[in-house]
Amino acid sequence: MSSLDSVNRRNGLLFCLPWLIGLAIFLIYPLIAALYYSLCDYSVLLPPVFIGLDNYADLISDPLFWKSLYNTAYYAAGSVVLGTVVSLTLALLLNSKVKGLGIYRTLFFLPSLMPIVAGSILWLWMYNGQSGIINTGLRHLGITGPAWLADPSWAKSAIVLMAVWGAGNAMVVYLAGLQDVPTSLYEAAIIDGAGFFQRLFNVTIPMISPVIYFNVVLSIIAGFQAFTQAFIMTGSTGAPERSTLFYVLNLYNVGFQDLRMGYASAMAWVLFIVILVLTFAATKLSKRWVTYDR
Amino acid sequence: MNGRQTRGRRPPAGAVARVTATLSLAVLVGCSGAENKQAPRHITYWEKWTGFEGEAMDAVIDDFNAGEVARAKADSSYAPIEVEKVTISNVEQKLLIAIAGGNPPDLAGNYSFYVAAYADGGALMDLGPMLAKAGFDRSAYIEHYLKLGEYRNKTWAVPIVPASIALLTNKRLFREAGLDPEHPPTTIEELDAFAAKLTKWEVTLPNGEKSIQVGYLPGVPDQKKRLIQAGFLPGEPGWWSYGWGYFFGGNLVDGPDKITAADPANVAAFDWVASFSKNLGIGVTKRFRSGFGNFASPQNAFLSGKVAMVLQGVWMHNFIEKYAPGLEWGAAPFPYPAAHPELALTTSADADVLIIPKDSPHPEEAFAFIEYVLQPKVLEKLCLGQQKFTPLKTVSEEFWRVHPNPYIRLFRELGMSKNAFSIPQTGIWNEYNRELGNAVDLIQNLTQPPAVVLKEVQTKMQAALDRNRRILARRDAK
Repeated sequence: MSSLDSVNRRNGLLFCLPWLIGLAIFLIYPLIAALYYSLCDYSVLLPPVFIGLDNYADLISDPLFWKSLYNTAYYAAGSVVLGTVVSLTLALLLNSKVKGLGIYRTLFFLPSLMPIVAGSILWLWMYNGQSGIINTGLRHLGITGPAWLADPSWAKSAIVLMAVWGAGNAMVVYLAGLQDVPTSLYEAAIIDGAGFFQRLFNVTIPMISPVIYFNVVLSIIAGFQAFTQAFIMTGSTGAPERSTLFYVLNLYNVGFQDLRMGYASAMAWVLFIVILVLTFAATKLSKRWVTYDR
Repeated sequence: MNGRQTRGRRPPAGAVARVTATLSLAVLVGCSGAENKQAPRHITYWEKWTGFEGEAMDAVIDDFNAGEVARAKADSSYAPIEVEKVTISNVEQKLLIAIAGGNPPDLAGNYSFYVAAYADGGALMDLGPMLAKAGFDRSAYIEHYLKLGEYRNKTWAVPIVPASIALLTNKRLFREAGLDPEHPPTTIEELDAFAAKLTKWEVTLPNGEKSIQVGYLPGVPDQKKRLIQAGFLPGEPGWWSYGWGYFFGGNLVDGPDKITAADPANVAAFDWVASFSKNLGIGVTKRFRSGFGNFASPQNAFLSGKVAMVLQGVWMHNFIEKYAPGLEWGAAPFPYPAAHPELALTTSADADVLIIPKDSPHPEEAFAFIEYVLQPKVLEKLCLGQQKFTPLKTVSEEFWRVHPNPYIRLFRELGMSKNAFSIPQTGIWNEYNRELGNAVDLIQNLTQPPAVVLKEVQTKMQAALDRNRRILARRDAK
């Protein structure tokens, strides 16, 4: 190795160092520590006591674990489907050539810039059963709206509906993908007599399938980590009737309110594995429908 | 949501006053510096209150610090203690993190209902030996409040500012309903009858006209009626929903090892709670409640006259002064079931406490401050400033004379009652409280009958308590 190489290598490592240190301290260490604590009785205040797989065994018989896992899966499924459909539709609409396109794009992107806490408080008011904008609108249509967040049969769906609020981020990514689709393909399809939907399903979607795959995987991960909306809007108990008790909310209660950090660590690891398996499954499935043109 | 946290949300403390006080103290210390070469012993105190409650504590700390400076001036070998107050939101959580991280404050204020969980976690210093050494006289304090700081045969905390709750009534609405405003309900049956008379609806008649009607209207469909005033709602504000059973003679625990959520008296209490959902309608109540503003605002359900009677605490006086100064209100002991006159004067009685965290850097100095605060004169000053009563058995005439709350004697009488109850001292209270919160949801939504819900709570929480006991036993064995 020449001296220039070794200098470059040293400089390269030095430039990477801040990131490596950050990764080690804030990601790798907590990950491994959590794995160890998940095998312990750990109250944070006292030194951890090793108890083997007891925490994991307790999880299986914990109804709240299953309830919160179900709620989260429901939310993730709902928000992934709804978020993808809405953001893809918006991107398709905004990919057309109409006047003032820049303004529309900005308007649809704006809500996703709002911090999630502020957004949650805003939705809290919109969902107000008596004077919320949604129920006021419904009243004008002659419909008595539900008490959204106070009604166990509506609360979870109400939080899923909020996912459209953050569709702007995915929309921008889809837009970029759409603009990458070669016009020659559309021209060829038109010459072959393809209509709008044929072009959509046979040209557009296959061409942006890698982008869809990317967004879906990110949404699954984000969906399983849902916390803030429920914490702000329905409180840490996941009211009403625990219909909004999401997995991470339950984990927070167990870890930070009950000080059962070992149990909470076990929950965190289970969630990690669930997300890992789902991402892996999505990747496996993607081989069937994702097309890379290179 | 935990009601006490809501209650704690107050406007920011008078920062200017603090700075001025600190500066004047610095000047005082500076003046005495010439004779006394001892460096002051600085201790940090974590406080949970802002607003007028925080200012009342500031005044006590300033007095203490000034006294220490004076003492150091007189005795050149004495190093004065200097207490610095730091206001911390959600102190009960941040304190734990600080203790776990090995960097706790010297001293902290907390709520009595966290004592057991903190003690189980080994987060607190046992104050017993220091109190004994200081010749602490238990008999001077109201027994109930002292016990809040005791758990597993040790004294982990001392009560400084107690509280109790009562039935608050809106006298104007009583008059409008043809009730005697000076005669609040004394029994649950009377409360039910009054509540019906105080319930008002706007009803859409078949001809499209609107009319105001009073009472429960089971015959009118939900779409044709709009609730405009409720006599009483068990869920407003719902801060003591876990405790309805106590008003009917129930209890949530029996000793440290037994959960008694499904006690027949608890079931009776929650049957009563459910009766309001049945009388008013679930959807109707929810829509009505969602129109209420924040607790600390003029749109508060009681302050704005939307609910005529509420279960509320001694502090409500301050909120009335601030947000509804013209409100004609009264306070009375919460009613008891007519068949159980022995349950008169039932109240929830919890307290603000002082604790010394485990590994406090200056426990002796921290205790010196506790000892100072526990003096009757100082306690009176603090409790008067916070507009509550004191945990002492004897109170000076002056205290009663200057106290702004017209019902302060009633609240104290309630606090001293043999029927005063508190959040059970169990290390699993957070978990139990969440489970009960969910139970109240199920009961008020009429999803399941109270007997079924409470039975399930009992089974689950007994298992949780047994688990907790096993963990503690394992820790003790180590």
